[in-house]
Amino acid sequence: MAEAPQQQQQQQQEEEEEQEEQPTSVEETEADEGSEEEPKESVHTTPTRPLLSMRSMSMVDPDDDSPNMIVYRKIEDIVTLIQDEEEGVPIRTVKSFMTKIPSVVTGTDIVQWMMKNLAIEDPAEAMHIGSLIAAQGYFFPISDHVLSLKDDGTFYRFQAPYFWPSNCWEPENTDYAIYLCKRTMQNKTRLELADYEAENLARLQRAFARKWEFIYMQAEAQVKIDRKKDKTERKILDSQERAFWDVHRPVPGCVNTTEMDIRKCRRMKNPHRVKKSVYGLVEEGTQSQSPIHTPSHHCRKGTKEDVEKEILFLNTQVDRHRMKMSKVAESLISYTDQYMDYDQFVTAQEPANPWTSDDPSLWELEARKEPSQQRVKKWGFSLEEALKDPAGQELFLKFLESEFSSENLRFWLAVQDMKRRPQQDVAQRAQDIWAEFLAEGAPSSINLDSHSYERTGQNLKDPGRYSYEDAQDHIYKLMKSDSYTRFLRSNVYQDLLMAKKKPETEQGRRTSLEKFTRSVGKSLTGKRLTGLMQSS
Amino acid sequence: MGEMEELRKEMENLKDQITAARKTFQDTTLQEAASGVTVVGRVQLKTRKTLRGHLAKIYAMHWGTDSTLCVSASQDGKLIVWDSITTNKVNAIPLKSSWVMTCAYAPSGNLVACGGLDNMCSIYNLKGKDGNVKVMRELAAHTGYLSCCRFLSDTEIITSSGDCTCVLWDIETGTEKMVFAGHQGDCMSLGVSPDFKFFISGACDFTAKLWDIREAQCRQTFSGHESDINAIGFFPNGNAVITGSDDATCKLYDLRADQELITYQDSSIMCGVTSLAASKSGRLLLAGHDDFNVNIWDMLKSERVGVLAGHDNRVSCIGVSSDGMACCTGSWDSFLKIWN
Repeated sequence: MAEAPQQQQQQQQEEEEEQEEQPTSVEETEADEGSEEEPKESVHTTPTRPLLSMRSMSMVDPDDDSPNMIVYRKIEDIVTLIQDEEEGVPIRTVKSFMTKIPSVVTGTDIVQWMMKNLAIEDPAEAMHIGSLIAAQGYFFPISDHVLSLKDDGTFYRFQAPYFWPSNCWEPENTDYAIYLCKRTMQNKTRLELADYEAENLARLQRAFARKWEFIYMQAEAQVKIDRKKDKTERKILDSQERAFWDVHRPVPGCVNTTEMDIRKCRRMKNPHRVKKSVYGLVEEGTQSQSPIHTPSHHCRKGTKEDVEKEILFLNTQVDRHRMKMSKVAESLISYTDQYMDYDQFVTAQEPANPWTSDDPSLWELEARKEPSQQRVKKWGFSLEEALKDPAGQELFLKFLESEFSSENLRFWLAVQDMKRRPQQDVAQRAQDIWAEFLAEGAPSSINLDSHSYERTGQNLKDPGRYSYEDAQDHIYKLMKSDSYTRFLRSNVYQDLLMAKKKPETEQGRRTSLEKFTRSVGKSLTGKRLTGLMQSS
Repeated sequence: MGEMEELRKEMENLKDQITAARKTFQDTTLQEAASGVTVVGRVQLKTRKTLRGHLAKIYAMHWGTDSTLCVSASQDGKLIVWDSITTNKVNAIPLKSSWVMTCAYAPSGNLVACGGLDNMCSIYNLKGKDGNVKVMRELAAHTGYLSCCRFLSDTEIITSSGDCTCVLWDIETGTEKMVFAGHQGDCMSLGVSPDFKFFISGACDFTAKLWDIREAQCRQTFSGHESDINAIGFFPNGNAVITGSDDATCKLYDLRADQELITYQDSSIMCGVTSLAASKSGRLLLAGHDDFNVNIWDMLKSERVGVLAGHDNRVSCIGVSSDGMACCTGSWDSFLKIWN
């Protein structure tokens, strides 16, 4: 009774089902009624598929909070209201030629209703939501397989709750085969198969070759049942049934809206459910293990240990330091204000961004490291910004060297570099940094308070990436409050900021930075950049 | 069971205390504070490039720190590095497992990583000697799918997993250095702070956690969402956290206020948030949804100021380039689009 190959196409819609993935579905060779063919691509647009398993009968699981279900509930609230006798759109029977079209509304009716009742001002917004609802099959165009909403006189009908996606249908190909088969049995133009449906039917016939007699019989039985219903009712039901299949077996090229993110499939609520057939067939599925649902992996519930850990954590949080909302709001607002000019989505940047103009000049500018005034301005926002930009870092370093106080920054940079090194190099680097900056008589001695100094010394007994963390923080704060502020007031920086370059040569490449560098380079004899310092 | 009940009571009691404590600092709301700020006006971004080449759903993308290169991962089993200006494929890396869910670009530009249902994080060296891109390491220890990964450097990477934990790895040795456990549901996403000292994780237990990397401890937990948190990121200044959830809302939590500042929601947005990114200044929030659109929010005033509608299927990933010049969206429709 292997079903596997036929099941290969369907993407699941609900994780209420035991979702099983077969990453190697293509290679799956479960013998099935002598079927040679793998109809997967033919019937569905996606190459992947889950193996369906047991499911219980109908009824929405109230505990089901999968992403799709959350959306279905919201849609169903809307769809219920829109069909309400008092508050909804008027659903009517339209006379056409020699026939009547029962129970329809126009696309415009729907759009107008939505704009009014869902407080939507923008018609495009209403269309977007309407299209979403239509794509899920909650209402559908009566004369089209493509489930979209048009804001015109096109007729739409509402889907029967029986067929709602929230019922967790995952119809098997047997059901689909029965459906297509019975459509061919009735001599009605409106039931004629579309090309893609005819192709699907042909493939299913090949796939289900051994089972076809059974399917045919089921189709006949369904036709018999349908015939008993009254003509108008049949028209409505036929269209609803068709819309159901348009959702689960979409027109090639259309999105299958029942697909689910595979990361969400792992919620296995009830592993022992019976599969549900649209036509009431009782099937049994195989129960192979899904790679996601390995026994060791399960949704964690709160164990006693978890609760105890949580209590410990919460205790640390009760009296933690907090800042007033007004202060943090102010801080966020001033940050965005400061950077708005640098935000392409708010303020068009100069030069024109390369995606619009296909103009690489912006990038070349950056590469030449001739910093624009705007870029130089950013270095003044924070020490972090200055150090983030290689040109800013370079200028700051040069300034410090001119003051013979560059050891702090060099230390900080050396530690940053050390933290990115492979594990095996860290210990050696740590020792080198100690020798250069902290040891007795170190060539680039930095000024640490005795407490940090001792702590760091201790850390170095077992050197690791974080051995210098305290020292680094201390030095950073020092730089921020002292040398950085002086840097911003310095001539070097101010000149660059005010763009006081004198374009004395045609090259124009003699920027203040370069000139300054030369002059500094000449005057420095003692303090040199050691091999330890690498620009980050 | 009496003991369990008592413990739960104690837990709830503590939570109430914290809520009360937080309330005392609510002297205003972000919206009120921002009422005087100039409006941003309608934000209209255009598609500048479409990156074509993937043959199946794209699940993730990540910009390199060089502003034009980005990497994307698709369930067609490929990792592609794109030059987003020319739309050329710099590398097309075939993966062992096609069920990939995440990818990352190292800040150095030398490495990329990916992972998914194979429960592993695979590191690839883009700058190998012979020019071929090969697997450098396979980091295996998670017992659940790999939902997200982010490099700290060429030597360290952090991963989040469906096994409810996050892990810091040493890439050289391929070993776990630290395990960050505490979430009660699948970890879906993570983000690293600008100073690389902290990271945040969002999970299916509806909470976001801030972790101290050095101490391997959870420093703060934020709740409020009514469903899975699928996406998480830092506000550019590193002091606030942005989350996106299946409950169709995004939230902004401030680290120093230790609470939620604002919720970005609209009754006409029904589908869950899959991904998010903040613009360079933090003024705008771009959120990708299951309804194929990206919504653009004014983060201070909590108003929708734009929509990016260009994909034919769910938007699964979004990223703003490091210099903030463009944003990239990836979708189940197999295309990536560059906007600005």
